[in-house]
Amino acid sequence: MTSDHAAEMTSDHAVDIDKHVRVYITVFVALMVLTIITVAISYLDLTVPLAVTVALLVATIKGSLVACYFMHLIAEKRLIYAVLLLTAAFFVALLALPVITHSNGFWIHE
Amino acid sequence: MDIPYTVEVRRDTGLTNGKIGIWLFLASEVMLFGALFASYILIRVGAPSWPRGDTILDVPLATFNTIVLIGSSVTMVMAWASLMRRRFGTFRLYMGSTILLGLVFLVVKYFEYSHHLELGEYPRTNNFLAVYYTLTGLHMLHVFGGMVVNAYFWGPGAKLWKTNPVWFTQRVEHSGLFWHFVDLVWIFLFPTLYLL
Repeated sequence: MTSDHAAEMTSDHAVDIDKHVRVYITVFVALMVLTIITVAISYLDLTVPLAVTVALLVATIKGSLVACYFMHLIAEKRLIYAVLLLTAAFFVALLALPVITHSNGFWIHE
Repeated sequence: MDIPYTVEVRRDTGLTNGKIGIWLFLASEVMLFGALFASYILIRVGAPSWPRGDTILDVPLATFNTIVLIGSSVTMVMAWASLMRRRFGTFRLYMGSTILLGLVFLVVKYFEYSHHLELGEYPRTNNFLAVYYTLTGLHMLHVFGGMVVNAYFWGPGAKLWKTNPVWFTQRVEHSGLFWHFVDLVWIFLFPTLYLL
């Protein structure tokens, strides 16, 4: 539920918000635990590729929790999802560029 | 004539202007930070050697800042939830806490920067520090910007609550979306700069 529906603030909404608040607390605890895990992993003697993979995996889980619950993306309107899908496509292309460049991509020759 | 769809939602999209506006802005922010992350990857992968972040940067201090920023995201969302429950006093408390936690983040960053500068570690010193100062500096600007907007809603902007509580609640929600985005960026900055 978002504040777009705030005009209908009734007792039902108050109950909904109470549920939301419980979720926020749970997400907060999860984020704290994942932060500790992130730091703890850095003390393990992992190889660089494995360390990068694990660190980014944990960061992605944390980021998803923030986006889904704090930013309410878990129940958002279609147009927002469409905007974010387009953004994600451009974002991936942006990150892929240096990777392709480094691997001496097909259009870049020495 | 009033601008339409500031409070009421458009039937076709189910969204207000403010909601779609903040998400489009956040999309542009994703591309801004994405470009910097891509540059970081390019510089790091292309370098003959690259230092681990924890050999140069203060991990306990950054871990503390991570906890502070995540905590501020919780207080931000609780500020919005307080308005949805029509508890203005509680909103002020949570919003005030969010602003204070943002300030704590910036103060810690100030000490971190001061320490590096005292050691003669400038952005020009090496590529690692150039990337570090650029990414964390831009992020700090976002934290500051978010604090200014939040302070406005805590103070003078809160007058809107008396005349149009629904609009005010929506504005706080949109400000919260930006604040959570800033938290989200830090969640990725922390391991990539400090721990790897």
